[in-house]
Amino acid sequence: MGAVSGAWSWLTTGANWAGNGGVWQRLGEHLYVSGVALLVACALALPLGLWLGHLGRGGAVAINVSNAGRAVPVFAVLALFMVSPLRNAGYVPTVTALVLFAVPPLLTHAYVGMREVDRAVVEAARGMGMSGGQLFRRVELPLARPMLMTGLRSAAVQVVATATIAAMVGQGGLGRIITAGFATYDTPQVVAGALLVALLALLVEALLVGADRLLGRRRPL
Amino acid sequence: MSAANCLVTNDWICGEYLRTRSAELTDATLQHVGITVVSVLLGLLVAFPLALLVRARPRLAAPVLGLTTLLYTVPSLAMFSLLLPFFGLSAALVVTGLVLYSLTILVRNILAGLDAVPAETREAARGMGYGGGRLLWEVELPLALPAVMAGVRMATVSTIALTTVGSIVGRGGLGNLIEDALPTFFKAQVLAASVLCVLLAVVADLALLGVQRLLTPWARIRTTRGAV
Repeated sequence: MGAVSGAWSWLTTGANWAGNGGVWQRLGEHLYVSGVALLVACALALPLGLWLGHLGRGGAVAINVSNAGRAVPVFAVLALFMVSPLRNAGYVPTVTALVLFAVPPLLTHAYVGMREVDRAVVEAARGMGMSGGQLFRRVELPLARPMLMTGLRSAAVQVVATATIAAMVGQGGLGRIITAGFATYDTPQVVAGALLVALLALLVEALLVGADRLLGRRRPL
Repeated sequence: MSAANCLVTNDWICGEYLRTRSAELTDATLQHVGITVVSVLLGLLVAFPLALLVRARPRLAAPVLGLTTLLYTVPSLAMFSLLLPFFGLSAALVVTGLVLYSLTILVRNILAGLDAVPAETREAARGMGYGGGRLLWEVELPLALPAVMAGVRMATVSTIALTTVGSIVGRGGLGNLIEDALPTFFKAQVLAASVLCVLLAVVADLALLGVQRLLTPWARIRTTRGAV
Protein backbone atom coordinates (compact mmCIF):
# COMPACT_ATOMS: atom_id res chain seq x y z
CA MET A 1 0.00 0.00 0.00
CA GLY A 2 2.90 2.32 0.76
CA ALA A 3 4.33 1.51 -2.64
CA VAL A 4 1.06 2.20 -4.43
CA SER A 5 0.47 5.58 -2.82
CA GLY A 6 4.16 6.34 -3.36
CA ALA A 7 3.81 5.44 -7.02
CA TRP A 8 0.77 7.69 -7.27
CA SER A 9 2.60 10.66 -5.81
CA TRP A 10 5.57 9.92 -8.13
CA LEU A 11 3.25 9.94 -11.12
CA THR A 12 1.50 13.14 -10.05
CA THR A 13 4.78 15.02 -9.58
CA GLY A 14 5.22 17.20 -12.65
CA ALA A 15 9.00 17.24 -12.33
CA ASN A 16 9.15 13.49 -13.08
CA TRP A 17 7.50 14.04 -16.45
CA ALA A 18 9.51 16.94 -17.79
CA GLY A 19 13.05 17.33 -19.03
CA ASN A 20 15.88 14.96 -19.80
CA GLY A 21 15.04 11.41 -18.68
CA GLY A 22 11.48 12.44 -17.83
CA VAL A 23 8.43 10.35 -18.65
CA TRP A 24 7.63 12.26 -21.85
CA GLN A 25 11.12 11.76 -23.26
CA ARG A 26 11.14 8.05 -22.35
CA LEU A 27 7.68 7.60 -23.83
CA GLY A 28 8.83 9.28 -27.04
CA GLU A 29 11.88 6.96 -27.26
CA HIS A 30 9.70 3.96 -26.53
CA LEU A 31 7.14 4.79 -29.22
CA TYR A 32 9.81 5.74 -31.77
CA VAL A 33 11.81 2.53 -31.37
CA SER A 34 8.67 0.34 -31.24
CA GLY A 35 7.12 2.04 -34.25
CA VAL A 36 10.19 1.76 -36.44
CA ALA A 37 10.69 -1.88 -35.45
CA LEU A 38 7.06 -2.78 -36.13
CA LEU A 39 7.13 -1.11 -39.55
CA VAL A 40 10.34 -2.90 -40.54
CA ALA A 41 9.00 -6.23 -39.27
CA CYS A 42 5.73 -5.79 -41.21
CA ALA A 43 7.65 -4.86 -44.37
CA LEU A 44 9.71 -8.05 -44.03
CA ALA A 45 7.22 -10.60 -42.70
CA LEU A 46 3.87 -9.74 -44.27
CA PRO A 47 4.80 -9.96 -47.98
CA LEU A 48 6.69 -13.20 -47.33
CA GLY A 49 3.94 -14.77 -45.20
CA LEU A 50 1.16 -13.75 -47.61
CA TRP A 51 3.12 -14.94 -50.63
CA LEU A 52 3.95 -18.32 -49.05
CA GLY A 53 0.31 -18.65 -47.99
CA HIS A 54 -0.88 -17.81 -51.50
CA LEU A 55 1.41 -20.47 -52.94
CA GLY A 56 0.58 -22.88 -50.13
CA ARG A 57 4.21 -23.67 -49.50
CA GLY A 58 6.66 -23.21 -46.63
CA GLY A 59 4.25 -23.92 -43.81
CA ALA A 60 6.86 -25.81 -41.84
CA VAL A 61 9.23 -22.85 -42.14
CA ALA A 62 6.59 -20.43 -40.80
CA ILE A 63 5.72 -22.64 -37.83
CA ASN A 64 9.34 -23.42 -36.96
CA VAL A 65 10.37 -19.77 -37.12
CA SER A 66 7.55 -18.98 -34.75
CA ASN A 67 8.50 -21.71 -32.28
CA ALA A 68 12.17 -20.70 -32.36
CA GLY A 69 11.13 -17.11 -31.62
CA ARG A 70 9.55 -18.23 -28.36
CA ALA A 71 12.67 -20.05 -27.22
CA VAL A 72 15.14 -17.20 -27.69
CA PRO A 73 15.46 -14.95 -24.64
CA VAL A 74 14.95 -11.28 -25.52
CA PHE A 75 17.38 -10.17 -22.86
CA ALA A 76 20.14 -12.47 -24.16
CA VAL A 77 19.76 -11.22 -27.73
CA LEU A 78 19.85 -7.57 -26.68
CA ALA A 79 22.87 -8.26 -24.49
CA LEU A 80 24.67 -9.97 -27.37
CA PHE A 81 24.07 -6.91 -29.54
CA MET A 82 25.29 -4.62 -26.78
CA VAL A 83 28.65 -6.35 -26.38
CA SER A 84 29.15 -6.44 -30.16
CA PRO A 85 30.42 -3.47 -32.20
CA LEU A 86 26.77 -2.63 -32.94
CA ARG A 87 26.47 -0.98 -29.50
CA ASN A 88 27.79 2.30 -30.92
CA ALA A 89 25.10 2.38 -33.62
CA GLY A 90 22.43 4.17 -31.56
CA TYR A 91 19.02 2.53 -31.85
CA VAL A 92 20.15 -0.10 -34.37
CA PRO A 93 20.67 -2.95 -31.84
CA THR A 94 17.33 -2.39 -30.11
CA VAL A 95 15.40 -2.08 -33.36
CA THR A 96 17.12 -5.18 -34.80
CA ALA A 97 16.25 -7.25 -31.73
CA LEU A 98 12.65 -6.02 -31.77
CA VAL A 99 12.29 -6.84 -35.47
CA LEU A 100 13.63 -10.32 -34.73
CA PHE A 101 10.86 -10.89 -32.18
CA ALA A 102 8.06 -9.29 -34.17
CA VAL A 103 8.65 -11.30 -37.36
CA PRO A 104 7.56 -14.77 -36.07
CA PRO A 105 3.98 -13.86 -35.03
CA LEU A 106 3.49 -11.75 -38.17
CA LEU A 107 4.83 -14.44 -40.48
CA THR A 108 2.89 -17.32 -38.90
CA HIS A 109 -0.41 -15.48 -38.72
CA ALA A 110 -0.11 -14.20 -42.31
CA TYR A 111 0.63 -17.70 -43.54
CA VAL A 112 -2.04 -19.46 -41.48
CA GLY A 113 -4.61 -16.76 -42.33
CA MET A 114 -4.03 -17.29 -46.04
CA ARG A 115 -4.12 -21.09 -45.73
CA GLU A 116 -7.36 -21.07 -43.76
CA VAL A 117 -9.26 -19.31 -46.53
CA ASP A 118 -11.95 -21.77 -47.64
CA ARG A 119 -10.58 -23.76 -50.59
CA ALA A 120 -14.05 -23.91 -52.16
CA VAL A 121 -14.19 -20.09 -52.25
CA VAL A 122 -10.76 -19.95 -53.88
CA GLU A 123 -11.79 -22.52 -56.48
CA ALA A 124 -15.00 -20.61 -57.19
CA ALA A 125 -13.05 -17.39 -57.70
CA ARG A 126 -10.69 -19.20 -60.06
CA GLY A 127 -13.67 -20.61 -61.91
CA MET A 128 -15.02 -17.08 -62.34
CA GLY A 129 -11.80 -16.32 -64.22
CA MET A 130 -9.92 -14.34 -61.56
CA SER A 131 -6.18 -14.06 -62.11
CA GLY A 132 -3.72 -14.86 -59.31
CA GLY A 133 -3.42 -11.19 -58.41
CA GLN A 134 -7.18 -10.58 -58.38
CA LEU A 135 -7.72 -13.71 -56.32
CA PHE A 136 -5.14 -12.49 -53.82
CA ARG A 137 -6.48 -8.92 -53.53
CA ARG A 138 -10.23 -9.52 -53.69
CA VAL A 139 -10.67 -12.93 -52.07
CA GLU A 140 -7.75 -14.21 -50.05
CA LEU A 141 -6.59 -10.95 -48.42
CA PRO A 142 -10.03 -9.84 -47.11
CA LEU A 143 -10.75 -13.32 -45.78
CA ALA A 144 -7.33 -13.58 -44.11
CA ARG A 145 -7.68 -10.15 -42.49
CA PRO A 146 -8.89 -11.27 -39.02
CA MET A 147 -5.89 -13.60 -38.67
CA LEU A 148 -3.55 -10.90 -39.98
CA MET A 149 -4.84 -8.46 -37.38
CA THR A 150 -4.35 -11.04 -34.61
CA GLY A 151 -0.74 -11.41 -35.73
CA LEU A 152 -0.29 -7.65 -35.88
CA ARG A 153 -1.69 -7.34 -32.35
CA SER A 154 0.56 -9.94 -30.82
CA ALA A 155 3.55 -8.50 -32.68
CA ALA A 156 2.79 -4.95 -31.57
CA VAL A 157 2.30 -5.94 -27.93
CA GLN A 158 5.45 -8.04 -28.02
CA VAL A 159 7.43 -5.13 -29.48
CA VAL A 160 6.18 -2.68 -26.85
CA ALA A 161 6.96 -5.20 -24.11
CA THR A 162 10.39 -6.03 -25.49
CA ALA A 163 11.33 -2.37 -25.88
CA THR A 164 11.06 -2.23 -22.07
CA ILE A 165 13.85 -4.77 -21.70
CA ALA A 166 16.12 -2.53 -23.81
CA ALA A 167 16.58 -0.50 -20.62
CA MET A 168 18.31 -3.50 -18.99
CA VAL A 169 21.15 -3.12 -21.50
CA GLY A 170 21.31 0.65 -21.08
CA GLN A 171 19.11 1.73 -24.00
CA GLY A 172 16.28 4.26 -23.80
CA GLY A 173 12.55 3.79 -23.42
CA LEU A 174 10.08 3.56 -20.55
CA GLY A 175 11.95 0.64 -18.99
CA ARG A 176 14.62 3.15 -17.96
CA ILE A 177 12.27 4.54 -15.32
CA ILE A 178 12.06 1.04 -13.79
CA THR A 179 15.78 0.28 -13.97
CA ALA A 180 16.66 3.72 -12.62
CA GLY A 181 14.32 3.07 -9.70
CA PHE A 182 15.99 -0.29 -9.04
CA ALA A 183 19.42 1.32 -9.08
CA THR A 184 18.43 3.83 -6.37
CA TYR A 185 16.21 1.44 -4.34
CA ASP A 186 13.27 3.74 -5.12
CA THR A 187 10.34 1.29 -5.03
CA PRO A 188 7.62 3.92 -5.71
CA GLN A 189 9.43 4.90 -8.91
CA VAL A 190 9.80 1.24 -9.93
CA VAL A 191 6.07 0.63 -9.45
CA ALA A 192 5.17 3.91 -11.20
CA GLY A 193 7.33 2.97 -14.20
CA ALA A 194 5.86 -0.54 -14.31
CA LEU A 195 2.33 0.90 -14.24
CA LEU A 196 3.17 3.24 -17.13
CA VAL A 197 4.61 0.39 -19.21
CA ALA A 198 1.71 -1.96 -18.47
CA LEU A 199 -0.79 0.78 -19.35
CA LEU A 200 1.01 1.51 -22.62
CA ALA A 201 0.95 -2.17 -23.61
CA LEU A 202 -2.75 -2.45 -22.82
CA LEU A 203 -3.47 0.82 -24.67
CA VAL A 204 -1.70 -0.45 -27.79
CA GLU A 205 -3.71 -3.68 -27.62
CA ALA A 206 -6.98 -1.77 -27.15
CA LEU A 207 -6.19 0.64 -30.01
CA LEU A 208 -5.48 -2.21 -32.40
CA VAL A 209 -8.66 -4.06 -31.39
CA GLY A 210 -10.58 -0.84 -32.05
CA ALA A 211 -8.90 -0.28 -35.41
CA ASP A 212 -9.71 -3.87 -36.36
CA ARG A 213 -13.42 -3.34 -35.53
CA LEU A 214 -13.53 -0.15 -37.59
CA LEU A 215 -11.88 -1.87 -40.55
CA GLY A 216 -14.22 -4.82 -40.29
CA ARG A 217 -17.29 -2.57 -40.24
CA ARG A 218 -16.16 -0.53 -43.23
CA ARG A 219 -15.79 -3.61 -45.35
CA PRO A 220 -18.65 -6.00 -44.78
CA LEU A 221 -18.17 -9.35 -46.44
CA MET B 1 49.04 -19.99 -23.76
CA SER B 2 46.67 -18.66 -26.39
CA ALA B 3 43.83 -20.36 -24.53
CA ALA B 4 44.47 -18.24 -21.41
CA ASN B 5 44.86 -15.14 -23.56
CA CYS B 6 41.30 -15.28 -24.81
CA LEU B 7 40.17 -13.93 -21.43
CA VAL B 8 42.50 -10.96 -21.85
CA THR B 9 41.63 -10.24 -25.48
CA ASN B 10 37.91 -10.70 -24.69
CA ASP B 11 37.14 -13.23 -27.42
CA TRP B 12 33.57 -14.39 -28.06
CA ILE B 13 34.49 -18.04 -27.60
CA CYS B 14 36.88 -18.83 -24.80
CA GLY B 15 37.65 -22.33 -23.59
CA GLU B 16 39.52 -20.96 -20.61
CA TYR B 17 36.36 -19.15 -19.46
CA LEU B 18 34.28 -22.32 -19.63
CA ARG B 19 36.98 -24.23 -17.67
CA THR B 20 37.57 -21.70 -14.91
CA ARG B 21 33.94 -20.68 -14.37
CA SER B 22 32.26 -24.04 -14.81
CA ALA B 23 30.99 -23.97 -11.19
CA GLU B 24 29.41 -20.56 -11.74
CA LEU B 25 27.80 -21.70 -14.99
CA THR B 26 26.45 -24.86 -13.35
CA ASP B 27 24.96 -22.88 -10.45
CA ALA B 28 23.25 -20.44 -12.80
CA THR B 29 21.90 -23.25 -14.97
CA LEU B 30 20.55 -25.09 -11.92
CA GLN B 31 18.85 -21.92 -10.67
CA HIS B 32 17.38 -21.41 -14.13
CA VAL B 33 16.06 -24.97 -14.29
CA GLY B 34 14.71 -24.75 -10.74
CA ILE B 35 12.81 -21.53 -11.36
CA THR B 36 11.39 -22.88 -14.63
CA VAL B 37 10.28 -26.23 -13.17
CA VAL B 38 8.62 -24.65 -10.12
CA SER B 39 6.90 -22.01 -12.28
CA VAL B 40 5.50 -24.47 -14.81
CA LEU B 41 4.34 -26.93 -12.11
CA LEU B 42 2.63 -24.16 -10.14
CA GLY B 43 1.19 -22.84 -13.41
CA LEU B 44 -0.33 -26.28 -14.08
CA LEU B 45 -1.68 -26.47 -10.51
CA VAL B 46 -3.47 -23.13 -10.99
CA ALA B 47 -4.47 -23.58 -14.64
CA PHE B 48 -6.08 -26.98 -14.12
CA PRO B 49 -8.83 -25.98 -11.68
CA LEU B 50 -9.36 -22.80 -13.71
CA ALA B 51 -9.92 -24.83 -16.88
CA LEU B 52 -12.31 -27.19 -15.06
CA LEU B 53 -14.18 -24.21 -13.61
CA VAL B 54 -14.54 -22.60 -17.03
CA ARG B 55 -15.78 -25.89 -18.45
CA ALA B 56 -18.36 -26.35 -15.71
CA ARG B 57 -19.52 -22.71 -15.90
CA PRO B 58 -19.20 -21.55 -19.53
CA ARG B 59 -20.35 -18.09 -18.50
CA LEU B 60 -16.99 -17.66 -16.74
CA ALA B 61 -15.07 -18.41 -19.94
CA ALA B 62 -14.90 -14.84 -21.22
CA PRO B 63 -13.69 -13.24 -17.96
CA VAL B 64 -11.16 -15.99 -17.12
CA LEU B 65 -9.68 -16.21 -20.62
CA GLY B 66 -9.78 -12.41 -20.95
CA LEU B 67 -7.94 -11.92 -17.67
CA THR B 68 -5.19 -14.44 -18.43
CA THR B 69 -4.70 -12.89 -21.88
CA LEU B 70 -4.56 -9.45 -20.27
CA LEU B 71 -1.81 -10.69 -17.93
CA TYR B 72 0.14 -11.90 -20.96
CA THR B 73 0.11 -8.36 -22.37
CA VAL B 74 1.95 -6.91 -19.37
CA PRO B 75 5.67 -6.59 -20.24
CA SER B 76 7.87 -8.90 -18.16
CA LEU B 77 10.00 -6.13 -16.69
CA ALA B 78 6.82 -4.34 -15.58
CA MET B 79 5.29 -7.57 -14.25
CA PHE B 80 8.27 -8.33 -12.02
CA SER B 81 8.38 -4.69 -10.89
CA LEU B 82 4.67 -4.54 -10.09
CA LEU B 83 5.00 -7.64 -7.88
CA LEU B 84 7.98 -6.10 -6.07
CA PRO B 85 6.01 -4.47 -3.22
CA PHE B 86 4.39 -7.83 -2.38
CA PHE B 87 7.37 -10.18 -2.52
CA GLY B 88 10.51 -8.05 -2.22
CA LEU B 89 13.68 -9.12 -4.03
CA SER B 90 13.03 -12.86 -3.91
CA ALA B 91 12.73 -15.93 -6.11
CA ALA B 92 9.01 -16.02 -5.22
CA LEU B 93 8.63 -12.75 -7.14
CA VAL B 94 10.08 -14.20 -10.34
CA VAL B 95 8.16 -17.47 -9.97
CA THR B 96 4.85 -15.64 -9.42
CA GLY B 97 5.38 -13.53 -12.53
CA LEU B 98 6.25 -16.57 -14.62
CA VAL B 99 3.23 -18.53 -13.31
CA LEU B 100 0.94 -15.65 -14.33
CA TYR B 101 2.43 -15.70 -17.83
CA SER B 102 2.10 -19.47 -18.21
CA LEU B 103 -1.62 -19.37 -17.35
CA THR B 104 -2.66 -17.97 -20.74
CA ILE B 105 -1.16 -20.87 -22.67
CA LEU B 106 -1.98 -23.61 -20.15
CA VAL B 107 -5.66 -22.77 -19.52
CA ARG B 108 -6.36 -22.47 -23.26
CA ASN B 109 -4.67 -25.77 -24.10
CA ILE B 110 -6.25 -27.75 -21.26
CA LEU B 111 -9.68 -26.46 -22.30
CA ALA B 112 -9.04 -27.21 -25.96
CA GLY B 113 -7.91 -30.75 -25.06
CA LEU B 114 -10.96 -31.47 -22.90
CA ASP B 115 -13.33 -30.00 -25.49
CA ALA B 116 -11.87 -32.25 -28.18
CA VAL B 117 -12.91 -35.45 -26.34
CA PRO B 118 -15.66 -36.99 -28.50
CA ALA B 119 -19.13 -36.85 -26.93
CA GLU B 120 -19.72 -40.54 -27.80
CA THR B 121 -16.65 -41.53 -25.79
CA ARG B 122 -17.96 -39.61 -22.81
CA GLU B 123 -21.42 -41.20 -23.21
CA ALA B 124 -19.93 -44.67 -23.49
CA ALA B 125 -17.93 -44.19 -20.29
CA ARG B 126 -21.03 -42.86 -18.50
CA GLY B 127 -22.98 -45.86 -19.74
CA MET B 128 -20.32 -48.15 -18.30
CA GLY B 129 -20.98 -46.52 -14.93
CA TYR B 130 -18.11 -44.05 -14.76
CA GLY B 131 -18.76 -41.18 -12.32
CA GLY B 132 -17.63 -37.59 -12.92
CA GLY B 133 -14.22 -37.92 -11.23
CA ARG B 134 -13.36 -41.26 -12.76
CA LEU B 135 -14.54 -40.04 -16.18
CA LEU B 136 -12.19 -37.07 -15.89
CA TRP B 137 -9.11 -38.98 -14.69
CA GLU B 138 -9.42 -42.18 -16.68
CA VAL B 139 -11.05 -41.06 -19.92
CA GLU B 140 -11.02 -37.34 -20.58
CA LEU B 141 -7.54 -36.45 -19.29
CA PRO B 142 -5.67 -39.19 -21.16
CA LEU B 143 -7.45 -38.17 -24.36
CA ALA B 144 -6.72 -34.49 -23.72
CA LEU B 145 -3.06 -35.23 -22.98
CA PRO B 146 -1.60 -34.31 -26.40
CA ALA B 147 -3.17 -30.83 -26.30
CA VAL B 148 -2.21 -30.36 -22.64
CA MET B 149 1.37 -31.41 -23.34
CA ALA B 150 1.56 -29.04 -26.32
CA GLY B 151 0.61 -26.27 -23.90
CA VAL B 152 3.15 -27.42 -21.31
CA ARG B 153 5.89 -27.44 -23.95
CA MET B 154 5.07 -23.93 -25.14
CA ALA B 155 4.80 -22.63 -21.57
CA THR B 156 8.11 -24.25 -20.58
CA VAL B 157 10.03 -22.87 -23.54
CA SER B 158 8.77 -19.33 -23.08
CA THR B 159 9.30 -19.56 -19.30
CA ILE B 160 12.95 -20.49 -19.85
CA ALA B 161 13.35 -17.43 -22.09
CA LEU B 162 11.51 -15.11 -19.67
CA THR B 163 13.41 -16.29 -16.60
CA THR B 164 16.43 -14.26 -17.79
CA VAL B 165 14.51 -11.03 -17.15
CA GLY B 166 14.36 -12.09 -13.48
CA SER B 167 17.97 -10.94 -13.29
CA ILE B 168 16.59 -7.46 -12.56
CA VAL B 169 15.99 -8.78 -9.01
CA GLY B 170 19.03 -11.07 -9.08
CA ARG B 171 17.04 -14.31 -9.60
CA GLY B 172 17.37 -14.81 -13.33
CA GLY B 173 19.52 -17.93 -13.49
CA LEU B 174 21.63 -17.61 -16.63
CA GLY B 175 20.28 -14.06 -17.01
CA ASN B 176 22.33 -13.08 -13.94
CA LEU B 177 25.53 -14.05 -15.76
CA ILE B 178 24.48 -11.95 -18.76
CA GLU B 179 23.71 -8.94 -16.60
CA ASP B 180 26.99 -9.29 -14.65
CA ALA B 181 28.97 -9.40 -17.89
CA LEU B 182 27.32 -6.38 -19.52
CA PRO B 183 29.11 -3.48 -17.82
CA THR B 184 32.54 -4.87 -18.75
CA PHE B 185 31.50 -6.12 -22.24
CA PHE B 186 32.65 -9.61 -21.24
CA LYS B 187 31.76 -11.32 -24.53
CA ALA B 188 32.56 -14.94 -23.62
CA GLN B 189 30.21 -14.86 -20.63
CA VAL B 190 27.31 -13.21 -22.49
CA LEU B 191 27.59 -15.67 -25.37
CA ALA B 192 28.01 -18.74 -23.17
CA ALA B 193 25.02 -17.86 -20.98
CA SER B 194 22.84 -17.03 -24.00
CA VAL B 195 23.72 -20.24 -25.80
CA LEU B 196 23.12 -22.31 -22.65
CA CYS B 197 19.72 -20.66 -22.29
CA VAL B 198 18.65 -21.59 -25.82
CA LEU B 199 20.08 -25.10 -25.41
CA LEU B 200 18.11 -25.48 -22.20
CA ALA B 201 14.91 -24.57 -24.06
CA VAL B 202 15.62 -27.09 -26.83
CA VAL B 203 16.49 -29.89 -24.37
CA ALA B 204 13.39 -29.18 -22.27
CA ASP B 205 11.17 -29.23 -25.36
CA LEU B 206 12.59 -32.56 -26.53
CA ALA B 207 12.37 -34.06 -23.03
CA LEU B 208 8.70 -33.08 -22.76
CA LEU B 209 8.06 -34.55 -26.19
CA GLY B 210 9.56 -37.80 -24.88
CA VAL B 211 7.35 -37.67 -21.79
CA GLN B 212 4.32 -37.17 -24.00
CA ARG B 213 5.22 -40.25 -26.07
CA LEU B 214 5.67 -42.31 -22.91
CA LEU B 215 2.33 -41.14 -21.52
CA THR B 216 0.38 -41.82 -24.71
CA PRO B 217 1.48 -45.28 -25.87
CA TRP B 218 -1.79 -45.75 -27.80
CA ALA B 219 -0.91 -42.82 -30.11
CA ARG B 220 2.36 -44.54 -31.02
CA ILE B 221 0.66 -47.84 -31.82
CA ARG B 222 -1.83 -46.05 -34.02
CA THR B 223 0.87 -44.23 -35.99
CA THR B 224 3.00 -47.34 -36.54
CA ARG B 225 -0.05 -49.25 -37.73
CA GLY B 226 -0.90 -46.35 -40.00
CA ALA B 227 2.58 -46.44 -41.45
CA VAL B 228 2.40 -50.12 -42.34
